[in-house]
This record gives sequence, C-alpha cells and structure tokens, in this order.
Amino acid sequence: MKNIIEVKNLIKKYKKSEKNSVDNISFNVKEGEFFALLGPNGAGKTTTISILTSTLSKTSGNVEIAGFDVEKESSAVRKNIGVIFQNPSLDLNLTAEENIRFHANLYGLYLYKPTFSLMPEVYQKKVKELAKVVGLEEKDLSKPVKSFSGGMKRKLEIIRSLMHNPKVLFLDEPTTGLDPVSRKALWNYLQKIREEEGITIFLTTHYLDEAEGADTVCIIDNGKIVQYGSPQEIKDKLIDEYMVVDADNREDLKSELHALNLKIEGVGPFKIDIKHSREAQDIINSIKTKLNLIKIYSPSLEEAYINIIDKDKE
Amino acid sequence: MNNYTHNINAIFTIAFRDITKLLRDKGRIFGGLIFPIIFIGVLGTSLQSNLESSLQYNFLTFVFIGVIAQTLFQSTAGGIISLVEDRQNDFAQEIFISPISRYSIILGKILGETMVSFVQVIGVLIFGFIFGIPLSIIGLAKLLPFAILIALFGGSFGLIVMSKMNSQRSANQIFPFLLFPQFFLAGVFNPIKVLPLPLEIATKIAPMTYAVDLMRSIYYTGSPEYTHTVLFNPYLNFVVCAALTAIFIGLGTYWFVKSERER
Repeated sequence: MKNIIEVKNLIKKYKKSEKNSVDNISFNVKEGEFFALLGPNGAGKTTTISILTSTLSKTSGNVEIAGFDVEKESSAVRKNIGVIFQNPSLDLNLTAEENIRFHANLYGLYLYKPTFSLMPEVYQKKVKELAKVVGLEEKDLSKPVKSFSGGMKRKLEIIRSLMHNPKVLFLDEPTTGLDPVSRKALWNYLQKIREEEGITIFLTTHYLDEAEGADTVCIIDNGKIVQYGSPQEIKDKLIDEYMVVDADNREDLKSELHALNLKIEGVGPFKIDIKHSREAQDIINSIKTKLNLIKIYSPSLEEAYINIIDKDKE
Repeated sequence: MNNYTHNINAIFTIAFRDITKLLRDKGRIFGGLIFPIIFIGVLGTSLQSNLESSLQYNFLTFVFIGVIAQTLFQSTAGGIISLVEDRQNDFAQEIFISPISRYSIILGKILGETMVSFVQVIGVLIFGFIFGIPLSIIGLAKLLPFAILIALFGGSFGLIVMSKMNSQRSANQIFPFLLFPQFFLAGVFNPIKVLPLPLEIATKIAPMTYAVDLMRSIYYTGSPEYTHTVLFNPYLNFVVCAALTAIFIGLGTYWFVKSERER
C-alpha cells in the first residue's frame, strides 16, 4: 500500500521560542492505516498535527498529504483531509445541521441554501446516514449546538468532518473532556467509520490505552521521536518482565540459579530477567530448594510508556 | 463546482452566517435601535431646538444623514472584529481549514457584516420617518450605492485594525478608542466647517470623516444647504473611501493571514 502521509525532517521553531518544538522528525503513514501520535503534554503533538493540516507553517522539512505538498498545494491538501480539533470548533449560535451545512458549502459540495429542506436530497440523506453511524438522533440535528453535551459536540464534528469524504481524518486529542462512556463510544464509531469508509486515521493522544488499537504508534517527546512501531513491537521493546524468588536457604537457591545459567540480581530476594511468563514456569520446575516467595512482574504498556518519558527527561 | 463558483459560494455561506446570527440575537437588534434613539432623538432634537435660529440648515436632518453613514461604518467595522472572537472560540479553525482562498474568507465576512449594518440602518430610517426627515424613495435609492461603499469601507477599517490584534481583550480595549473619537472628528453630530488647526488635521486623518461627508455630499447635492453642510467635493470623498477600502482590505488580509499561520 502506498503512503498517504509523508513527513521528512520536519522542524518547527515558534517565533518566541528558543528551542525547536518539533525537532527533525520523519515518518510515513500508509493508506487506510490507524496511526497514533503519542506523547505527554507539550511534546509537540498539536504542533505536528497543525503543520500536517496546513494551519501552521513549518520552519523546514517536507510534508506531503495524499501526494500534495502541504504548503505549496494547501488547497488540495485541505480537500483531502477532515480535522477534529482539540477544542470543539463549532458555532454555538447555529443549530447542529446548520454547522454541517456551513461546512458542506465551504467545501463547495452544494450551493448555499438558507434551510435544510431546500438542500438537495443527497445532502439530506448523507447527514442522516452519518448521524446514524455516530449515534446522534435526527431530532438533535435541528437543535442549537449551545444545548449539546461534550460527547454530542464530538459526534457532530465527526459528521461534519466526513461530509466531504476526506482520505485522512486527523483527530487532535479528541477525547479531552469526554466521560469514559462517551470515550468508549467515540472509539467504537471511529472503528466503524474506518471499516466502512476505508479512511486513514491520524490521532494524537496522551492516553496510552487509546493508542493500543492503532496499527502504528509513534511516541514523541521534546519534539523528537522516541519510539515507533506497532503496539506489540513497542511492548516487546520496552517491557522487561522479571521474576523475583526467595528461599529460607538462600545459598542453595543461589547455586541452583547459577547452575541454570541465569543472570541474577540482588543478594536475596533474587531478581531474574525473563522473556515470557512461560519461561518462569520452566525455571520454577527446575528448582529443588523450597521457595518462600515467587513473584512475576510484568509491567503494563502504560508503565513502560511512563518509563520512556521519564528516561527522556533525565 | 469550479474554483471560481466554489469561492463565490463560500463567500455567500460566510456572509449569511452573520445574518442568521443577527436575526437570532435579539439583544443586538435592540441595541442597534438604541443608538439612533440617543443620537437622533435626544442629541439631534435638543441641538436643533437650541441652535435653529443661528443655522442656515435643519440640524436634525444634518445629524440624521451623518448617523446613517456612522451606523454603516461602525457596525461593519465592529462586526469584522468578531473574527477575533471566532478565533478565540476556535471556530476560525473550521473556516481556515477549508479549501477556499483567504481573501474569500475576509470578503465573506465583510459582505456579511455589510448586510448586518443595513439591517441596523433600517432602525435609523424608522426614526428618521418618525421625526419627519425629508427623504424620498428616490432619495434613498440615490444613497444606496454609496451606503454600500461606506459599509465596505468600515469593514476594511475593522479588518486592518483587527489584523494587528491577537486577542479579544486587546480588540475590545483598543477598538472603541480608535472608533469613538471619529464620531466627533467626522462631525456626525457636530458641525466641523470651522476648526482650529490641530483638530482640522485630526479630522482629515479620521477615515470616517470621508464616509460621513460622502453621504452628506450626495444627500445635499443641488440643495441650498450644500455649501453649509458639506466639506469636500463628492468625487474626492468617493475616491478616498474607495482607495482606502482597497488598501485596507489588501493589507489587512495579508497581515491577518500571515499572523494566523506564522506563529
């Protein structure tokens, strides 16, 4: 499959800042991929997504979306992307459907008409269909956005961003301010949209669990890429599993562990590095000394992530 | 849709959003009526009663025509400042991410606020009729094209001021300071035929002066009051208004788009 996003040596330095907010990063995203850009607050996620979506100029480097240069062919780029911003960018004084219509007209999909019923049938059908996908009721469409909850606003923004059939959907920390139920729902219909429309999803988040469903995770910190790969690859790379054992007779245990050619740490309890929990069973089976402590330690991806970010800070 | 019709469609879409918002905002419509009540009803009538004997023209009419120009100029200028509000509310992102020319965005906004200012002027006209200002349908039709120019002029003035401001707060603080003195410098409610030199210079710098005088020069053309009420030649007024509008729109859009992207 071909790349739909290509980023090469991207650097962004804000006018008033001394260091680079995005510091020479390169990556590609394939068509139809679910790509997650992960990192703590201030890592450079929003800066990166703003440059990729053509709302911020870069300092240097190359960015291409769907084969178009993000600066020289920004109009073509904009036609091919849908964007959900960190803060809802809805006009609160208009109704939900008016917000969608405003968008559809700006994108040149239909001629401006002052009411929903005057709009072409294709438009009406598409709005209703998308509302169904994200679970927004038809009667809510005619309500002012002012009366909407955070979750409903997100749903509306997703409907809006899909009206022009974008190739890539960018979401900048879309779950900020959502309760756990709305968060879960958002993931469900994003997956559904991805399956139905074959759309590429580019997501930024600082929640690790949100990135676990992604095809590729790219972790950035201080403007640099610190890890890149599938969630499983990152887990394998980052997570060190180990086992801790102890016995009343530590001398016997120690010589037995040495005999098994295992690297051990400590004077008791002993820490043993292992690759998989299965390995732990083999080790225990081979030990004759009576143990008084067995602990298998397997950190979560979350802990591993915090570890890299902490290491990066040192 | 080709690129040309796409942008025209977008301009109308942006413009009609402002109209829709105005029609839903009862407070703003009401506020638009308060100004003419104060200016024409109170200021105009009181000055008319006290100055009548020493003036060669009807003062109420003089103020009325001035207020029409001032309302068009001020309403559009103030409306453009709402782009800053959009930026603050994150709604600007939705507009700026769309595949249309940045000039279309600004033109749509100015067109929308021009229509809004015309709605506000209806309030002024109602008061004019109540107070018996001599104004015919033909007279109104004659003023219309110039009224459109003045509204665009106000919008372009708002744009150039706004393009250099980055927050709602600074806009709210600086804008009245740049706008309100112009009411008096432009002679909306006060004759400025004879002025001490420093004030005369200030008057000639204030853009609104030319807007107000353009409106009066058209209204009073061919009437005996013309020489007492009008400052400059109508052609001069027209050229100044049109030229400044073009310069303000060009430069203002350039600055605004630049500050939007190059942070």
